[in-house]
Amino acid sequence: MTDTTIEQSESATREAPARESAFSELPAISRTGLWNNNVALVQLLGLCPLLAVTGTLVNGLGLGLATMMTLILSNSIVSMIRNWLKPEIRIPVFVLIIASIVTTIELIMNAWFHDLYNVLGIFIPLIVTNCSIIARAEAYASKNNVLNSAMDGFMMGLGFALVLVVLGSMRELLGFGTLFANAHLMFGEAGRSLTITFSEDYPGFLLAVLPPGAFIGLGLLIALKNIIDRRQSEKQVTINVAEPAVN
Amino acid sequence: MSEPDLQAPEQKDTEQADTQQPVPSQSRARTIMITAALLTIFAIAGAALVGITFVNTEDDIKHNERLSLLKQLNTIIPPERYNNDLIDDIITIDADRSYLGTDEPTQAYRARRDGKDVAVVFPASAPNGYNGPIDLLVGIYVDGSIAGVRVVKHRETPGLGDAVSTTHSDWILGFDGRSLADPDQNGWKVKRDGGVFDQFTGATITPRAVVKAVHNALVYFENNRQTLFASAKTERSAPELPEPEMSEPKMSEPGQSKTDRPNTDQPEPDQPDNGKQ
Repeated sequence: MTDTTIEQSESATREAPARESAFSELPAISRTGLWNNNVALVQLLGLCPLLAVTGTLVNGLGLGLATMMTLILSNSIVSMIRNWLKPEIRIPVFVLIIASIVTTIELIMNAWFHDLYNVLGIFIPLIVTNCSIIARAEAYASKNNVLNSAMDGFMMGLGFALVLVVLGSMRELLGFGTLFANAHLMFGEAGRSLTITFSEDYPGFLLAVLPPGAFIGLGLLIALKNIIDRRQSEKQVTINVAEPAVN
Repeated sequence: MSEPDLQAPEQKDTEQADTQQPVPSQSRARTIMITAALLTIFAIAGAALVGITFVNTEDDIKHNERLSLLKQLNTIIPPERYNNDLIDDIITIDADRSYLGTDEPTQAYRARRDGKDVAVVFPASAPNGYNGPIDLLVGIYVDGSIAGVRVVKHRETPGLGDAVSTTHSDWILGFDGRSLADPDQNGWKVKRDGGVFDQFTGATITPRAVVKAVHNALVYFENNRQTLFASAKTERSAPELPEPEMSEPKMSEPGQSKTDRPNTDQPEPDQPDNGKQ
């Protein structure tokens, strides 16, 4: 009797810090997913859909959200089964899981967001081939608990979606002079009022709309990120140098 | 001498298999079985997930596809001009396909009002677009004038050739009301070639291809007018079948009495088609 109560109390004390650590890893996970190891800007994965669909903000947002959902679901499921999955078959099982999730999302989008589905077309099923998803399943979800894996999927997906949205708005703004064009594809008829037209007789900037515009835009974003990173590391260095001097 | 030598290693093998190997080989087989079972379970679970979603979304998807098709057709033929079930009143086009620029049989949608022919909408393709074929939907009223032309799919240059699509310019609406007689044969060209249709700045190839495809579609309509409205024609010749167009065209394959006529026409025009291509 006493033994079991001791065990219970022990397990309780063991669980409590585990839960705390689960949430305490959240800032690290989000920093990694959104910035330090951003799928699009650092890992440079999933560039095919990234460059192809970012013609407008809404297209980018649509594909970003679909990819994020896939990442959250695949990471959670992989994490749930990680303990009784044989290492020899983990890759086929990951592929199976991801393919099932993406097909499900494709069907749901076809049923509920038909117009957006028509616009994104082939790039929804192509989420399967986005290496970042299987990379997260293999590198993170197969080694961490469900909560952290889901958070990792969310943050990685959010980081990818943000880049898609920023690149999409850059290209839409330069290419067509609008923002949120075709928003009704995603938000229904109410979305039409979201469209912002900056200039009625904007001649359009073809380069931004064409694929080279996507490459240049992504290059500028990566450069911007690297500049910010360097500034920050220089600051940290100066602080580190300054501190011993004070001491 | 040689026989016992040969037998000896066999016996040793069997002995080893009986005494030492059973444990690892059995456990290996067991591992393989478990692994295979796991893989099967995941495959079944994945298939089940997709299957369940498919069954639950199937109706919505079909409904959406019908709606978007109907929406597209309604931009060509105003919905108040017909009152039949446009999407289900279809006929398969197989003859004379070279005029439509398609390799495969396509379907024409017939619009009727109270059983009278109003218009027909059928796909046509301009094979010589700037970046590949431009797929069109052409609607033609029963009097031979164009109800409307819309681009369904194209790969023309954004900002230049994509003005054929209604989202970018109204150019394609310029076909409305035109017919084979208006303008005449020589006028069915872009202005640069001496015709009546505008080209866009910076893009002549795209409008040239579309004008030619629309003209071909009109020629096709003129040549196949009776086939295109087939069920209406048989309705007139056989008055004992009062309203066949609602039920018969749905069954595109078994609808023998109506499809027999175009089917018998098939082989002859098909061969010259191939020769032209």
